[in-house]
Order: sequence, then structure tokens, then C-alpha cells
Amino acid sequence: MTLNSKPLKLALAAAIASPLMISLPVQAENPMEKGLAISEEAKRRDLGWQDMKAQMQMVLRNKQGQESVREVRMKSLEVDNDGDKSLSVFDQPLDVKGTAFLSFSHPVGADDQWLYLPALKRVKRIASRNKSGPFMGSEFAYEDLSSFEVEKYTYKYLRNEPCDLGECFVVEQYPVDKNSGYTRRVVWLDTAEYRVSKTEFYDRKDSPLKTLTNHDYQQYEGKHWRPDLMKMVNHQTGKSTDLKWTGYEFKTGLTDKDFNKNTLKRAR
Amino acid sequence: MAARATWLSLAVAGAMLPSLVQAETYFEVSGKVAAEVRYFTEEAAYSDQSDGGNLSALAEPQFLWEWSDGDDRITFVPFARVDQWDDERTHADIRELNWLHVGEEYELRVGLGKVFWGVTEFQHLVDTINQTDGVEDIDGEDKLGQPMISVSSVRDWGIVDLFVLPGFRERTFASEEGRPGFPIRVDTDKARYQSDDEDRHIDLAARWSNSFDVYDVGVHVFRGTNRDPQLQTELRSGQPVLVPYYTLMTQVGVDLQATIDSWLWKFESRYRNVDPDDFTAAQFGFEYTLYGLFDSATDLGLLTEYGWDERGTDATDVGQNDLYLGGRITLNDEADSQLLAGISRDLDYDSTSVLVEASRRFGSNWKVSLDGRFFSADDQRDTAYAIRKDDHIQLTGEYYF
Repeated sequence: MTLNSKPLKLALAAAIASPLMISLPVQAENPMEKGLAISEEAKRRDLGWQDMKAQMQMVLRNKQGQESVREVRMKSLEVDNDGDKSLSVFDQPLDVKGTAFLSFSHPVGADDQWLYLPALKRVKRIASRNKSGPFMGSEFAYEDLSSFEVEKYTYKYLRNEPCDLGECFVVEQYPVDKNSGYTRRVVWLDTAEYRVSKTEFYDRKDSPLKTLTNHDYQQYEGKHWRPDLMKMVNHQTGKSTDLKWTGYEFKTGLTDKDFNKNTLKRAR
Repeated sequence: MAARATWLSLAVAGAMLPSLVQAETYFEVSGKVAAEVRYFTEEAAYSDQSDGGNLSALAEPQFLWEWSDGDDRITFVPFARVDQWDDERTHADIRELNWLHVGEEYELRVGLGKVFWGVTEFQHLVDTINQTDGVEDIDGEDKLGQPMISVSSVRDWGIVDLFVLPGFRERTFASEEGRPGFPIRVDTDKARYQSDDEDRHIDLAARWSNSFDVYDVGVHVFRGTNRDPQLQTELRSGQPVLVPYYTLMTQVGVDLQATIDSWLWKFESRYRNVDPDDFTAAQFGFEYTLYGLFDSATDLGLLTEYGWDERGTDATDVGQNDLYLGGRITLNDEADSQLLAGISRDLDYDSTSVLVEASRRFGSNWKVSLDGRFFSADDQRDTAYAIRKDDHIQLTGEYYF
């Protein structure tokens, strides 16, 4: 984090309080400040979800159209002033059924991650350095599935343009972590609700790598927008992965006690 | 013993049934069946063993009942294997039959279960609770179900596990026909114990573990029957046999892992007191992973470990002065293709053993593995000498449901 965001937050607060003033602070910003302000606002709007449960199904497709399926159940906990905690259990493919994954993410620095291997009853602390690797052989990298934290990127606002969700801000994001698989991501967020409509990923050589589009947004608890479907297409390999979310539940009463090595071992 | 423990578990399960029927119960069946063919590349060292191939098949289903919104669970995992040549490898076991209850501040487990302790890859010095199912594989990672009553509690200062282990499981050994095997028959029917309670001695164990930043630490104590037998030679009807002798021991052990960037630093050590002797052993090393090799999705993990035992060549376990090197290639593709290769070198006896394991998934239900094990040992005092002719290649097909 190089930019001091306090004045921006104040400006945003003022802007939200009086709609008439919206254009004034924005015009005063340079593209970097505006990109950051948009990202902070996107994060701020989703704060307060507390905890969440959902199931995800991934359909992996290779160039020839052959499909394979992954199924994962997930629980997450929002942590004040830190990254989220999450516990995932794999149901498909069947040879990894019962494998579970516990993660304490942090906005800056390495995440704490443990893997439970049911055949051996073994809990293994694993390195979180592998951000750019594929998640379960899919086109989603681990870093694509981790929670969005403002500190993970620096920003540049590019332009406004129409998108699937109406009018969008187009913001370029530069990963802070040197282990990221990307030089940059270009993100389309709608100006009304700050939902991500589309993300384009550029590899370490800055060549176009993947495009993610989010579909069928639903609003939960009158506040939190989540897409039912995320489509990732890899332009370099011709492979794609559809990620379908079902069974979203918020504020289910999960606490810190639901995220430790014991809950990891008995997860199923 | 196995039968008695089974009845104990069944009684517990039976006691739970009324509430099972009343409450909303979730039931699930999963598991695997597998077939394997082994081909031994060298002529057998002992006359009762066969040359060439060996066929084998196994089944390991898992039945699970859950109620009280997941706070109560019964898990039942029976296991059975049929083997072409080895009568001892043709065996059945109950890997798990236990009731788990989750309370507000603790969890309770009663029945047959499995517990793993430790961090290293090539040897598992501090993995104490379960007996090794020795006929399954020579890596010691297959375990017999252990009767237990255990309580675990997560506190601010760490996780505490307490175990009462009523009853002991004997290690399984290959028959005279089995490969890899021993030059002399191991007579498991005549096992002897230091304790007058024999296999009914009630063992006790406790473990504390915690994570601090990049460090994961565990400390344990164990008092009870040593899972590792001493094999004593005896004459029976003029024929020599090996008889397992199980001592009582007190063990204190520690395991430690530091996870720093791409490095996993690992350390395990245990101190054992078996009257009148006491001795210490340790296994330590690192795992370093090169992620995204040559800009691909492939990861290469490099493993190095060293095993040491204070008793030196008097040690009854392998790994008394051994160096281990390994490489693990993970393609991270949709078939989860992996290759693991490892070599261990006994620095006292100059013997070497090599292992290669390759596996991938086919479709959504099948997994196929091709493994190789190769041994070279010239010193008769070396435990590896017994299996020097048992090099083999193994093809396994597993079907998951």
C-alpha cells in the first residue's frame, strides 16, 4: 500500500452523503486515486456479511469439449481488519472426497493453510506461496478464488463504458504479490452496485491469458451481491471452467470456533 | 482382540440407535474397491515364496450416519483384502467404527479409530497410536483400527487430545509365502508381552499442539504397549521361528514444522523408556517446492530427510542413520497426475532402497497407480537384507464410489 487512503475515504463518504457532490472529488483525482477509490468502495459495500455457506460446482472443459466435475462445500468467516477464514470440503472427484482445506487469509503476506488427507487422517500445513497454480486442475488459479482485499493490488482507472450490467468502471489492477501469475487484471465494475462484470487476466509476459465473466447476480441480506455462475475461459489453451454457486446462506452463526484443525479433521 | 473391540464398538453404536431413529439422520455410503498386480523382478530369496506375479484385491467401504445437526456421527469403515499367495495378507479389519460427539468445548470419540501425528514424509517416528498393518505395504502408512476413548478440546493456548486405549492390536506380518517377507516365519499366534495384562493393557496418551505464526508444534506423552515388537528367534519343533515380543514403554515426543515461503522445515523426535533402557531417535529435513516449473502449471517438490537413532546399529527400527532424498512432480492437471520418486540410503550398512509412485485419475471414478520398489542390501545385519530380492513393480486400479 503506497497511497494514503484516508482523504479518499472522507471524500467518498461526503460523496455518498450528498449526491450532488459526486463529480467534484472524482474529478480532482488522478487515475490511480480513482482506481483505488472505486476498489475501496466495492469492498466497503460488501462489508458486514459476517459468515457464509455455499456449494460450488466446477465443470472443467478441455479443447475437445470433454468435461469433468468438481464439487466443493465452503464455509467462510469475515474477520475484522484481516482476511477471511474459510473451510472447504471436496465431494468430487470421488478419489479426493473428504479432503478438506482450512485457510486463514491475510491482506498482506502469506496465508496460513492446512490440508486434511482423510485416508491418512493427516493434517498437513502447506505453503501458500502457490497462488498462481490451478485450483483442482481447473482454469481458476488459487488467487482467483481468494477473497478480494484492497491491499492486494495497486490500481489505475481507465474509463467508463457500457457492459453486461449497464454502465461500468474499467479499472486496471496490478498485483502487489510477486508470486502472482499476472502482471495485471482489467476489471469491469458496474457503476450502480460495484459488482464485477468481467475480468481480463494478463500473464507474466503481459499476454492475454484468461477472461472471467460473472452471470446471474443475486442479492443476499438486501446487500451482498453474488453471481450464480462464473465462466472462465483460457485463451491460450482453449480450456474453460464454469463455476456454479448454489445454496448461498449468510449470517448462519458461524464463529471463530468453526475454523480450526479439529473442525478441519471432522469436516465432511 | 479385534473381535472384542468390535463388540465394544457395536455396543456403543447400538446404544446410540434409539436417538438415531428419532432424530433426522443423514446416511451416506462411499469408499473404494481396488485390484493390484505385482511383478517381482528377481528370483525369490526363500523357498516357500513364488517367482513372478501376485494378484490381490481389496474393498474398503465407508458408512456414515449423522444426526443432531452434525454433532453426532457414527463412522464404519470395514476393510478386506484377498491375496493370491500370502495367507497373512488375505485379511480383514475394521479400520473405523466409532461414535463422534461434538460438544460446545470438546469432542468425544468412542470406538475403533485412527489418529495420525507427525510432519515428516519418509518415516513417521511420532505417529504412535495405531498399529501398522504390515502386510499392506512396507511404508508403514497402513494402520489397524485402534480401540479408543478420546477427548479433544480447542483452547486459546492450543489443542489438547487425551486418549484411553483399552486394548492392543498386534502387527501383521507376511507369511512364508509372502513377498516382501522374512527368511524365517513370524509366528504371530505366539506373541508375548512384558505386561501381565498382555493385549488388554490400558494405554494412555496425551498430546498438545498449536500453531504460532509459521510454526506448527506438537508434544505428546504415551504410556503403554510399544507398537513396534522385538522379533525373537525361537526353535519350534526344531524349526526356527520369529516371535514378536511387545514391551511396555513410556514415550515423549515432539513434532515441529516451519512453513516459510516455499520451504517446509520438518522435525520429529521421540524419547522412549523401555526398562532398563532409554533411547532417542529423530527424523528431520525439508521440503522445497518449485512452483510453476518453466511457466507451466507443474510443481516440483524436493525432499530431503535424515533419520537418526541413538542406539545406532543396535536399533531395531530402520532409519537409524539413513539419508532420504525425493522428488515429487505434480502436473496440476484435471487428471491430478503425479510422480513421486524417493531413495533412501543406510549410511551404516550401505544399503539402498528406491521407490517410484506414479498415479492419475481416469474419468470421475477411477485412479490408476504404477509403483516400483527396488532394494539393494549386502550386509546380513541390515534389516533390509531380508527383502533384497523383493524388487517389484505394481499396477493398481482403484474404483471409487
